[in-house]
Amino acid sequence: MLIYSIRRLIQTIPVVIGVTIVVFLLMHLIPGDAAQVIIGEGAPKEQVEKIRENLGLNDPLPLQYWNYVSGLLQGDLGDSIRSNRPIADEIFKSRFWITVELAIYSTILAVFLGILAGIISAVKKSSPADIGVMFIALFGLSMPNFWLGLMLIQYFAVDLGWFRPSGWGTWSQTVLPVITLGTGGAAIIARMTRSSMLEVIGQDYIRTARAKGVRERIIVYRHALKNAMIPVITVIGLEFGGLLGGAVLTESVFAVNGMGRYVIDSIRARDFPVVQATVLVLSVMFVLVNLLVDISYRYFNKRIDFD
Amino acid sequence: MHNMTADARPQESGNHGTRLVQWKSFYHRLRKNKAALWGGYFLLLMIIVAVIGPLLTQYDPTKVDYSTKLLKPSAAHWFGTDHNGRDIFTRIIHGMRLTLSVGFISVIIGAAFGVVLGIISGYYGGKWDTLIMRITDVMLAFPGILLALAVVSVLGKNLFNVIIAVSIFSIPTFARVVRGSTLAVRKLEYIDAMRSLGASDGRIIFGHILPNITSPIIVQATLRIAVAILTASGLSFLGLGAQPPTPEWGAMLNDGRNYIMDHPHVALFPGLSIVVVVIAFNLLGDGLRDVLDPKMKK
Repeated sequence: MLIYSIRRLIQTIPVVIGVTIVVFLLMHLIPGDAAQVIIGEGAPKEQVEKIRENLGLNDPLPLQYWNYVSGLLQGDLGDSIRSNRPIADEIFKSRFWITVELAIYSTILAVFLGILAGIISAVKKSSPADIGVMFIALFGLSMPNFWLGLMLIQYFAVDLGWFRPSGWGTWSQTVLPVITLGTGGAAIIARMTRSSMLEVIGQDYIRTARAKGVRERIIVYRHALKNAMIPVITVIGLEFGGLLGGAVLTESVFAVNGMGRYVIDSIRARDFPVVQATVLVLSVMFVLVNLLVDISYRYFNKRIDFD
Repeated sequence: MHNMTADARPQESGNHGTRLVQWKSFYHRLRKNKAALWGGYFLLLMIIVAVIGPLLTQYDPTKVDYSTKLLKPSAAHWFGTDHNGRDIFTRIIHGMRLTLSVGFISVIIGAAFGVVLGIISGYYGGKWDTLIMRITDVMLAFPGILLALAVVSVLGKNLFNVIIAVSIFSIPTFARVVRGSTLAVRKLEYIDAMRSLGASDGRIIFGHILPNITSPIIVQATLRIAVAILTASGLSFLGLGAQPPTPEWGAMLNDGRNYIMDHPHVALFPGLSIVVVVIAFNLLGDGLRDVLDPKMKK
């Protein structure tokens, strides 16, 4: 188990290095002169030169990357061009935690709703309940979350006045963004749970349990569900990534001051070091979450041999 | 969202008689799959709307007329008008072209690159396989829309760059699916036999591997168009894609955001349009998967 965890950890290292390379190269993919683009057309030459110097754009590429990575290893994500302050401070003081909170609540909602709906669908296969659940899931899967957010604001915040339409922190500000972000994941998890349950229920050992006279309830919840959850767990890990990406849109709709809104504001202001830093932080977080999911998966299913 | 295995049935290529029988049996099975059929019909209807739709409305999709601003849906304006007095129905009809084009073009580009990489990876294996799979791992490490977002942020915000960004975003998924399918086909005995008879790699790949892996590619492409449309409209909603007054649906939602409190129809219809189109692709994709690839699971 420990050996597996270490090996799995080592496997993620090249991925993280790859992510840093891509993020680093983003600055160099800017068409034309990056420093000029950042500061805008018509800026004085000295200012452009100053930006170029500050960003180290005059150094040879490998040296720039080396400086970038050694900065990262010391927790230095660079400075924001707008505020001139270290990006790490701006991110980790509150923005990062807001997005993490939003993503975790949404994941909980998605997992709970998705698994529940998936079980109902599988157990009552081909019933109106199944068809209804699967139609809602298809709808949830096909809906742009930013639009769902706008509709929820319209109905529950404006018309009914139940929740606050923007911001983050209080209960009444949390509900709508979490529903907005969690729905798509719930739909995917519901579909996965259903198909996985149906497959397990069709297997011999479930038939044996039935033949032995084990009660249906126990068959479903103790025997089938446990094994059906194996592929679902992987999907949950992957969906967490979808949620981190979706958070960008959700935060924009609800004016939540997290990483997503930060990255959008920075793109508009051409504050590229911030764009790089937020993309990097969210991606590394996604990689680490998947690592944790894989390891816990292994832990709960000791008989699975990954090699 | 990973496709675990792909069904690989050896099939005779170049034999038109067999092909025809296969098509007939495919169509027969597809017809039994109601959801897929509806998805397909719907898609056809949307393509027709995209092609001839703009001829059917009398309004200009971009002309500003404040005398008709923010009208509720009525017989004259089916979906009402927006804050610039433009007919929303007309704008949605024009937007259909953009939405479908962005979806199809970006997925075709993404699939082309993904298929080439996936075949190299699966067929040649070894160093190439390791390298390509590491690259896809890295690309998939960027959560959701973030890779596309980053690409658009550096290239500049317009619809063309959104297509590039969404194409790049689609490459790793195709590369993985195609690699898996290629591996499965390559292991078949008759491929081994061909190789020992001295058939060239090119002949094996184009004559035998590619025809055998078209099913998973088509299924993946259909489902991927749904994702591409959602991603592209999301980027436009964030102001990074199509710019006003382009009647792109995501941009319409962004553009009308400040008016929806009192005029919900401004946001309702563009959003519903996205949902309907994406549902059609998802239905068709799910159905095609059931028909073409019984073993492929979501």
